[in-house]
This record gives sequence, C-alpha cells and structure tokens, in this order.
Amino acid sequence: MAIGVSVVGRSFKYHRPRGVFSAGVEEPIALIQLGSGPQTQPNMPATAVELSDGLVANSVHCWPNVNRDIGALAQWLSPFMPAGFYYKTFMWPARRWMVYERYIRNAAGLGTAPTEADPDIYDKMHVHCDVLVIGGGPAGLAAALAAGRSGARVIVADQQPEFGGQLLGERLEIDGGPAMAWVAAALDELAGMDEVGLLPRTTAFGYYDHNFVALLERRPIAAAETGRLARECLWKVRAKQVVLATGAIERPLIFANNDRPGVMLANAARTYVNRYAVAPGNTVVVFTNNDDAYRTAIVLAEVGVKVPALVDVRAFAPGALREQVSAHGIEVLNGWSVINAHGGRRVRMVDVVALDEAGAAASGSRRSIDCDTVAVSGGWNPAVHLFSQSGGKLRFDNARACFVPDVSVQSERSAGSCAGIFNLDGCLEAGFEVGAAAAADAGFTHGARPKRPRAEAPEEQPMRPLLWVPPPSNGKRFGKHFVDLHNDVTIADIELARHEGYESVELTKRYTTLGMGLDQGKTGNVHGLAVLAEARGNPIPAVGTTTFRPPYTPVSFGALAGRDVGDLYDPSRRTPMHRWHEQAGAVFEDVGQWKRPRYYPRSGETMGDAVDRECLAARHAVGILDASTLGKIDIQGPDAAEFLNRVYTNAWDRLPVGRCRYGLMCTDDGMVFDDGVTARLGDAHYLMSTTSGGAGRVLSWLEEWLQTEWPTLKVYLNSVTESWATASVSGPLARALLAGLTKTDLSADAFPHLGVREAVVAHLPARIFRVSFTGEVSFEISVPARYGMALWTTLMEAGQAYGITPFGTEAMHVLRAEKGYIITGQDTDGSVTPIDLGMDWIVSKKKDFLGRRSLNRVDAMRPDRKQLVGLLTDDPSDVLPEGAQIVGEKLPQPPMPMIGHVTSSYYSANLGRSIALALIKGGRDRIGKTVFAPLVDRTVSAVIVKPGFYDPEGARLHA
Amino acid sequence: MLLIPCPWCGLRDEVEFKYGGEAHNNRPLVPDVHDDTAWAAYLFMKKNPKGLHLERWVHAAGCRRWFNVARDTVSNRIDGSYKIGEKPPAIAAETEESA
Repeated sequence: MAIGVSVVGRSFKYHRPRGVFSAGVEEPIALIQLGSGPQTQPNMPATAVELSDGLVANSVHCWPNVNRDIGALAQWLSPFMPAGFYYKTFMWPARRWMVYERYIRNAAGLGTAPTEADPDIYDKMHVHCDVLVIGGGPAGLAAALAAGRSGARVIVADQQPEFGGQLLGERLEIDGGPAMAWVAAALDELAGMDEVGLLPRTTAFGYYDHNFVALLERRPIAAAETGRLARECLWKVRAKQVVLATGAIERPLIFANNDRPGVMLANAARTYVNRYAVAPGNTVVVFTNNDDAYRTAIVLAEVGVKVPALVDVRAFAPGALREQVSAHGIEVLNGWSVINAHGGRRVRMVDVVALDEAGAAASGSRRSIDCDTVAVSGGWNPAVHLFSQSGGKLRFDNARACFVPDVSVQSERSAGSCAGIFNLDGCLEAGFEVGAAAAADAGFTHGARPKRPRAEAPEEQPMRPLLWVPPPSNGKRFGKHFVDLHNDVTIADIELARHEGYESVELTKRYTTLGMGLDQGKTGNVHGLAVLAEARGNPIPAVGTTTFRPPYTPVSFGALAGRDVGDLYDPSRRTPMHRWHEQAGAVFEDVGQWKRPRYYPRSGETMGDAVDRECLAARHAVGILDASTLGKIDIQGPDAAEFLNRVYTNAWDRLPVGRCRYGLMCTDDGMVFDDGVTARLGDAHYLMSTTSGGAGRVLSWLEEWLQTEWPTLKVYLNSVTESWATASVSGPLARALLAGLTKTDLSADAFPHLGVREAVVAHLPARIFRVSFTGEVSFEISVPARYGMALWTTLMEAGQAYGITPFGTEAMHVLRAEKGYIITGQDTDGSVTPIDLGMDWIVSKKKDFLGRRSLNRVDAMRPDRKQLVGLLTDDPSDVLPEGAQIVGEKLPQPPMPMIGHVTSSYYSANLGRSIALALIKGGRDRIGKTVFAPLVDRTVSAVIVKPGFYDPEGARLHA
Repeated sequence: MLLIPCPWCGLRDEVEFKYGGEAHNNRPLVPDVHDDTAWAAYLFMKKNPKGLHLERWVHAAGCRRWFNVARDTVSNRIDGSYKIGEKPPAIAAETEESA
C-alpha cells in the first residue's frame, strides 16, 4: 500500500479489480496464494498474514496477471449473469451438464491447492483449563487478569501475533497513559502467573458441546522452517468457563461500485496509519453513519493525508468530534450520502448527494469529490460467531442494527465489543467483571479485586441504522451495489432471489452464494439480511440469521490431520510370522487392520499363476496358511453354553469337551452377522473364532447383550486373538506331515473332523483343531504367539518332503468358494438371512436365539428373496466380475430388470473353469436356468447351480 | 464433543465412548407372542425425541461397561447417567412423564 499498489486481486464472479478492504481476518477480497510448492497455502487474507523475510505471495484468480486479467471480460457480460445464473443457464439438456461442468469448474475457484504431500509437521494438544479467554484485546486481557489473579488456570488466545486487539490500531489512553503500555503491563503480569498460558497467533475457530473449544495456533514461519517446531498446532481445550472477548467487525455502507480498489473500512484506514505507519491513500473521503469514522478523519488529517470531506448520512452532527474534524479543515457534509464511486483500478472520484429531510431519498443537490480512497463505516457487528456456535441465542439491537448475544446455553460469557459494548472504558469494566465471575463459577472466589483501570468514555451520538445508501427519489438505483464482496453478490441479486421465491434466508444464501465465501460474509451478512428483510417487508429479526458454523476462519487440513498421516494414519497389525511372509515375497492385502499374505508369487508368476499353483497344492499335497488373524474370543463361565445357545442359530448344550462346531450368528433382525467355529475346551470353557475383520465388532456386540439384556448370565469374555499364532495345514498330505511332529493320534477315528486336542507340536505347547475352510483334511495348530515363527518354520522344513506350499487369502477364497462356503461380509451384506443362504440345517427350531423371531416375519419368508446360488458361465474361461448385476432376460438395451448380483467369482484351477456365487431372487427355484450378466463390453451367460462345486459329499473332508 | 459421565470412571471425553441407541427398548422375553407389527416396533421403531432422550452408551476405550445416559437432544445437556438395571434419575423420569 505504501508504494501505491492498489489492485491485489480479482473478484470471484466478474473479475473486477479489487484492493485491500480491511485490516484483519474479515478481509473479503485481498486474497493471496502464499508460498510455493508443497507448502503453498491458497486464499490467505493478505490482511492477516504476518510478514517475514523471504515471504512469497501471489494474487489469485487472475490470468495472466492481476492488472491485465482476461477473465475481466466477465464484467461486461454481467447484465446476463444474474443470481442463479448457472442454475438457470446450464440446466438443459441435463446430460450436457457433464460438459458445462468442466468449463465452469475451471473458471471458478480462487487459489491453487498444492499437489504434493505437505512436508511440514502439525501437532495437536489436549488441555483443560478453568477459564478460557478468547480474544486478547482490552476486554479479554482484563478478564484474564481478573481470572488469573484468583488462581484459576487460564488460557488466553488471540488470533494476532500481538495482543491488544483493537488497541493495536488506536491511539487511546488507559489510566492517563498509552493504552498499549497498559497492554504490556497486563501481559507482564499474566506471564508471571504460573497457571496462565498466553497463546498469540491462535484462533478459536470452533465452539462445540460441553465447552469444548478448538484453537488453531500458527507458529511463526521462521520457527517452523528450522524443522524444530510444528507449523501449526491444533489445541483441543475443555474449559470449565469460557470468556468470549472476540471483538467486533466494522461493516461498510453500500453504494454503487463500492468494490472499487480504494474503498476501505474506516477503522482499517486508521489502523494502517496508527499501527503500520502506512497512509491508505493520498486523498481520502470519509463516509459514515456513526461517530467512530470521525476519529479516522482526524487520524488521517493529523498525519498529513488530505481529507476533502467527511460525508455523514445523519442530519445532526456529533458536537466535540465534529469540531475537531472541522479544525483540521475537513468539510463535514451532514445529511449527505456517497452514492457512487468512479474509477477502474483505483477510485478517482465519488458522487455525493444531499438527502431529503427524512433522510430517505438521495434527492438533493449533487457534487463530485476527487479522491483515491473512501474510508467507509456503517457501524460495527459484534463477532458473535463463537457465541452462536455454542448454541447461544442472538437478539437484534435495532438502535445499532446488529446482532448481540442474548441467552447463553453453555458455560460462557461475552465481554466487550462482542457483547455490543463499543467503548474502551466499558470494555475494561466488562472484562474485569466477567473474568472474575467466570473464575468464581469455576471455583476460584478468592481473587483480590483491585481498582480497575479507567479510560475516557466519550459521549456518543446514536448512529443511523442504515446499511446501504438511500436511492434517488424515483427509487431506481444504478450501478452495482455489492453486499458480499467475496462472492460478488449485489443488492439486486438478493432482491431478485426474493422475487423468484427464495424467501427463507437459508435459501437466499444458497441461491445467491451470499456469505458463502472464505470470509463467510463477516462484513456483508447483516446487510444481506437487511436487504432481504426490506424486500419481504419484515423486520430483520423475523428474517433471522443463517447458521454460524465452525470454522470461524479457514483451518488447514494439515492441522486437522496432525501426525495421523502416512504410516500413523491407522495401526497395522502383523502376525508373528509376518517377517517370513515378507521374505517369501508375499503380496499383502489389508483385512481390517491386519496385513495378510494374499499370494506368494514365484519369479515370473502372475497373480493368477500363483493362486492356481497354491490351490492345486492344497488339494493334491499340502498347503499352509497363516490363520493367526482369525478372531479368537475366550468364553468362560457356568452359563457359557446357554450364552452360545442365545447368540448362535444352532444348539450348543450337547457339544462335548474336545469337539468344535460351526456356528452362524444373526443380529436380532434375522440377518447373518458373523460365523466361525467354536470349540469346547472344558466344562465351562469355550473358544470362539470369528472372521478376521469382525473380531472387535463381535466381541463388543456379545458384551452388549451380556451387559444390557442378560446381566444374570455368568459368562466372561476375553479377546485372545493376539495371544495365539495359528498355522493351518490343509490337504491330503497334511496328516502325514503333522504326524511327524506330534505324538497325538491324528487318525480319522481317533481325531475326527471337528475335534480339538491339547497337544505338543514340534516341542511346543499347542492346540490342534481339526477344522477346514478348504474342504480338505485340515489341522489348525495354535501355539502361544511368541512361538508362532518357530512353529511355522518347523512346519515348512518338515513339509518340504511333502511339497508343502504356503498359500494366501486369495487361494483360501478360491478353495472355500469351490466348496460353496460363505464369507460373511462378502457373500452376505446385512440383508441376508441363514435361510437365504440355504443354511436351514444350522437353524434350530427348538430354542430361541437372536434373530429367530425375525426369520418368521412376512418379509423374511418372501419367496422372491435373494438366495445364494452358484453360477457356471457358459464359457468356462470367462470369470465374472464380482458385483456384476444379473438379469433373467437379455434385452437389446437397458433398463433390464435386475434379479441379483455376483458376490464371489474366481477361476478354479482344480475344476479347470470359472466359478461364481451369487445372490439371486428366488434363486433356488431357478436352478438349471440360464441368466445373464450385462457388462460394459459384453454380456455373459451362465447357468444357475447349487453352490458347492467340488466334492459336494464331503468325502475328502472326513478322510 | 460431549463430556460423558461414566458411572464407573467419571467424566470422560466422548471419543472414549460408543453410542448404543435408545435405552429401555428391551428385547421381549417371549418373542413369539408378538405379531410382526409389534416385533418390528421393537426392532426398528426407535424414539427420536426433541428433548430428553434415555440412551445407551459404552465406555469402549475405558472400562468397557454399558450404561444409560439422560441427554437433551436439542442442547446436548446431560442430566445424568445410571447403570444398566437402575432407574433413570428423577429429573429425567419427570420430564419423560410430562412429555
């Protein structure tokens, strides 16, 4: 600004040149792209970015540059781009939207998101405090002093690098000395208190339930660049009491072309002079409806800026202030209004008109005043965002045309200008009072109450609650009157939206995009409400506000993610044999959080080759699978059998010790939930296995039933998944292999299918379960987890003689599909009953269990429910994609009625053809019929068969 | 984020808990005496009140115990918590009756 740069950006819709409008986070238009490469941050308000050496910033939303922007052609088209332009223009024909969208998306948006991973680190902090003070201006510091002196634990957060709030841009006095000297003394005192923490550069952006407040701390760039500090820190604060001292945001008066570079908030103009020693322009017209802008005129004149006129829409003049202004030779035009600003890349002149006696029409004499800057003030809006987020109810203050806090819902208090107190002495008074009260409510009542400091409280003349300038006497306005500078929303747009039926403020907002920019309408929303209210003929409170939602100002994704990125995003679980799998070149897949070998490719093998080889080995020699990930729940207690009766669909009372049984669980709506084998290890001791991904879900579900519905059952559950490592050997040679490593009799008579034995295997204490998911003779050997690797390597060595082949989850899936065994969650989806699966054999008719009653609901007995069937494609080499939709009749083109979908589909090397499982409406009655799967490039025909393609009698299983 | 009073562990952050839906919607002891409509009401027709709601929570990342909470669904104010099998706190019971 000091070197005369006036255009810093281009507007969102019309690409009009825009300058700096404010001096803080409310900035709607001066947005910049900060930094470059992976650390670049788009759309930062230039007015809130702290300067540092080497800082790189660029304008956004313009090409080739901010002064010559091709997109600016849009402003000549603007008469054809009313509110809802995109909705209206690109609706028909609907299918063309895909084409339009690409161009519209390219033209929209402001800055550029980084494309590479962010190399910076981000931290999170969780803290508790007695009193959280949000805002470090006069009210906030006073509240912090009062609370801190009581001994309470206090956190003071302020969004700026320096404390002081509005005082930073003023030349006010406290107790007869400079106000900033009082701020410095207050900070010294606070820094000396053990229980007080000061957080500059920290924005409280979200106020959530039960006094949970989220703060974003931005670290100085230099500190972050040494790599020793996180760039940003997300503070999650739980406060007993909150003091909101969030200040107020000045708002403009709206006139024609009020977006021209050089139009600026009056207090911003004052702040640039007082705080940064920068003159906002050479010739400044001040335009106001209140006293405060008179101070801007005085400050500007005192530093030698030419102020040709102060235009005040009020007919009366504030006594002392007016005299001071006049003393500087500034012409004061009371009862006049600025109605238009001229100029392209900078204001060069304004038109001012005298108002009629009622102040309702700009009908009097007219003048033009040369200037390069307009400092405009339409009064102040308390920053009630956090108060409103906390659930508090707002009240509209008619005299000052602003919303103020009314009814609190959470343990918070507002102090200072955010509560509608717009003078320094009042802010100090409120701060001390509210800070002490908050501390007292947090249990700290012993604080001394020294005399509070005083500031001058000048007499204030009432503002005129007017937000946009009166129209000429014929009522017709000319030129664009911008309400929302960020999104280019004008008064006419809002009136049009209302005219087209968008009466509700929430609809008007979405139709016009009012207040939907990065600034969230901090300087324009109340104007928008007022325009809508006038168009509707309602008072503003009847129109209401849109919802204030977090965040108050934008928050980076990096801060929200913190360190939970990359490897730390989610824990990964590895079995004790993981390292062996890695060395064997396994390709892993994620099953829940587990890393499981999917297949073990040998050199030159494709995935298909490897899976075929593994599948053949498991049926013709012996395969070995790491089954450690299966969920294992230890169940003990005298009522364990009764408990299993209630949660499984089949009966458990007669299962003898030393035997296992397969069980199916349903939720109480009758839908299959999980399945697995449960073994009886002792009289009152069972071990339940669950699917790998479902272990946690099943355990917590069982606990819920035990605790909430069946508290009298004496049953105790414990997750033992990670206590055991399990290797499953499967195939015709599995018995011979294992026999060489244990003395336990493994013969079919002594150790039949579904038996369980305590044993010693390879000198290790073990449990052997004769259970099978492949349809071959299988032994699952579990040893304490720390012996897992020893067991595995011993089995691999001993297995060389038998052609042992490790197989992964993919081969396991193929082998079980050959047998028609289901995988819950793949062949079921929460809408499938045991009957749908054709598993009536496992559903007891003699006892109650979870889901039983629901199986008798009319819906559960519909004959056209989807049922599990097998599919054999007519072309045996064609493998259906899983998820493919099935139709009963092939029509020339869609739509075709769908009767089901493929749930599992593989190529089976053992059968020499493809196989699939599918859920098909009334599928069991369609066995033998041909159905079709219409795919993108072809339609596959297949015959419905019973699920179970290999050894359906189970001879191999019991061998 | 709520601050939830676990009857065993005291006030803890919501992240430690899992929500379990409406409380006191107990499974009928003899399901077969209920016709399809009544059974569907138990399964699917959950209360969704504006105001006081008695609901199950489990301290999943803590003591793993289930318990009930009386929460106002508008303000999220929590009037108390009680163990499974206990009666709701008096204030909750009153509002419940008048509702």
